[in-house]
Amino acid sequence: MSEMKNIKNLKEFSTSADRFEGANLLCPGCAHSIIVREVLNATNDDLVLSASTGCLEVCTAVYPYTSWDASWIHIGFENSSTAVAGAETMYKALKKKGRLKQPERNPKFVSFAGDGASYDIGFQWISGCMERGHNMMHVVLDNEVYANTGGQRSSSTPIGSSATTSPAGRVSYGEKRNKKDMMSIMAAHGIPYAAQVAPNKWKDMVKKIQHGLSVEGPVFINAVSPCTTEWKFDPKDTMHITDLATDSLVFPLYEIIDGTELNITYRPKNVVPVEEYLAAQGRFKHLFKDEYKYLIKEWQERVDAKWAYLQRREESRV
Amino acid sequence: MAFDKMELRDIEVWDGNFAAAQAMRQSQIDVVAAYPITPSTPIVEGYAQFLADGYIEGEFVMVESEHAAMSGCIGAAAAGGRVATATSSQGLALMSETLYQASGMRLPIVLNLVNRALASPLNVNGDHSDMYMVRDSGWIQFDAFCPQEAYDLNLIAFRVAEDHDVRLPAIVNQDGFMTSHTAQGVHTLTDDVAYGFVGEFKPMNDMLDFEHPVTHGVQTEEDWHFEHKARQHNDLMTKVMPKIKEVFADFEKLTGRKYSPVEKYDMDDADVCVVCLGTSVETAREVAKEMRTQGIKAGVIGLRVIRPFPFFEIAEALKNVKAIAALDRSSPNGAAGMLFNEIAGSLYNTQNRALLSGYIYGLGGRDLTKAHLVSLFKELQANVDAGKVTTQLQQFIGVRGPKLAYL
Ligand SMILES: Cc1ncc(C[n+]2csc(CCOP(=O)(O)OP(=O)(O)O)c2C)c(N)n1
Ligand code: SF4
Repeated sequence: MSEMKNIKNLKEFSTSADRFEGANLLCPGCAHSIIVREVLNATNDDLVLSASTGCLEVCTAVYPYTSWDASWIHIGFENSSTAVAGAETMYKALKKKGRLKQPERNPKFVSFAGDGASYDIGFQWISGCMERGHNMMHVVLDNEVYANTGGQRSSSTPIGSSATTSPAGRVSYGEKRNKKDMMSIMAAHGIPYAAQVAPNKWKDMVKKIQHGLSVEGPVFINAVSPCTTEWKFDPKDTMHITDLATDSLVFPLYEIIDGTELNITYRPKNVVPVEEYLAAQGRFKHLFKDEYKYLIKEWQERVDAKWAYLQRREESRV
Repeated sequence: MAFDKMELRDIEVWDGNFAAAQAMRQSQIDVVAAYPITPSTPIVEGYAQFLADGYIEGEFVMVESEHAAMSGCIGAAAAGGRVATATSSQGLALMSETLYQASGMRLPIVLNLVNRALASPLNVNGDHSDMYMVRDSGWIQFDAFCPQEAYDLNLIAFRVAEDHDVRLPAIVNQDGFMTSHTAQGVHTLTDDVAYGFVGEFKPMNDMLDFEHPVTHGVQTEEDWHFEHKARQHNDLMTKVMPKIKEVFADFEKLTGRKYSPVEKYDMDDADVCVVCLGTSVETAREVAKEMRTQGIKAGVIGLRVIRPFPFFEIAEALKNVKAIAALDRSSPNGAAGMLFNEIAGSLYNTQNRALLSGYIYGLGGRDLTKAHLVSLFKELQANVDAGKVTTQLQQFIGVRGPKLAYL
């Protein structure tokens, strides 16, 4: 196995590798690029990468340019996971046959996809990859919306959010359903590792990515990815919004090992009220009308209940 | 882990599916990702059994759908090795998005397409609607008329597709059930000879070469899309046919079995002829032979290669005939049949203004009988005698109830 990369501080970390160039067409303040850099910078291993159709793909591989200084493939919207699974299978085959050009290399296989491409249309492909045990990592850039096509709802869009296909209006508060619990579903495949990460907690991210790349078998990573355009906040506030997401526990950071053992990896010293998280984003603005205030209360209750559940799971070690 | 060679008799009794599976085994494919569907399922079952019995060293992945099968094949091919799969009908339809992606990325995957009708109505039997659905997807398409050819064309397909001047994926078609499930004597090659013909896979722009990172599957928009597509089209039209002919010639040297993009039967002095695909070619040849005894100078053209379409070879083969029937085993759904149109296009700039009529036959596995073809040849002769098409331009062969015709 390859050596784990030793990372001391954020400055060194952020400049330690350049396999994802700064030059790309993502919006200023887009968290996608931060997350991708953090994932790639967490390791010195050779990488075979894929991206599904979505903001990341259309902004980083526009012919004749590419932002990727590593093997990279895009096929379609739904199948970035299976593309990497296919490459990983070829690696196995060529290794067995003694036909690898660089047999001493020990590459890692990572697919990136949005929440639309993971929670919805690509769900089956990811499930297939997890079930078949490919040695790969699937990373969701979870911005809770189909950003690339202009902000339509996905099954990751949280209740009360105004998306273009579930807009808030005179008689509607926007999205009516709760966000799908992908972590539980993925963990239920019995995979060796699943984790939620956030770009502001970069040390936690590095640890999880390094652990994920070191285990044998499929790994699922769900990364919260604030989207300036669809969440409607100022580009300079990406990290502030991410702080609010993790510190309000709307986006708790935890991991699930072998489908069962759950560890909470970040406990905010001062838990921020959910209301603050919602208030910082334009997509929830309408919830602050009197008639919808009850939804904010319900939001808080849901987040508290989930946090209590995660703690129970962690304590009971089941 | 090493793998075992398989001892084969010179002639084995194989159906088309098993013949394809054997050719896949002998080609020592690195990755097969597949999903079952009637009638192509026995190909992947056969392949799995070879694996279970230690005859295969590559990886075989049973994925969760045909779309994933081709997605996995694309990722594997981009990683740099020999890749193949098999499907039919609805499976192909589900896979169709990825077919364009494979050809657009110039990945030399081989797909065994066991032809079957597309629903609705649901029907597991053979026609060519699946083959026609993806005819513009940028894949090379071969057509086998019998199990022997399913075996041979698989070996040939790898050679053509993987050539570094070509680098395009290839489909090997065979008729569902009529070829795929009908056992015949198949002349075999030994494992060493077969692999010697197919040759070792030579990677190009492979993702596992970490000294030279590559980006596959870019975005182009109006700025570069046209150039990519035009180049792909140009390569299909200019590079593929010469390469196919070269590989056919090599194959003939090795086996004595001669293939041609346009298979001519009794065409030297034919007045009338049918042009068709698949198993109907053999039936048509039998009937043409009989017609000659009745004074009708009949010939048959079987298309061995559908994409790229052999325009010039077809025009050449048809240059002296007086009446042509284009037989399509797929409903054109509001147009003339594929072959009718392609043949008309092939002849337009030639001096020959042969009478051309289109026949739709055999949908959903309906038989094309010798009797059908006898009356068809007679109709063509009547056209020749009258100097014009005497019936409707487009007809449906063997439909029950009131006779259907359009155009
Ligand atoms: C089969 C298919 N359906 C629809 C689309 C259109 N499409 C492209 S990207 C996209 C949304 C992507 O959303 P997501 O996966 O959440 O990624 P994001 O852009 O938000 O990062 C959609 C709907 C497509 N490319 N392919
Ligand atoms: S729309 Fe959102 S996800 Fe897409 S590039 Fe802009 S900020 Fe990033």
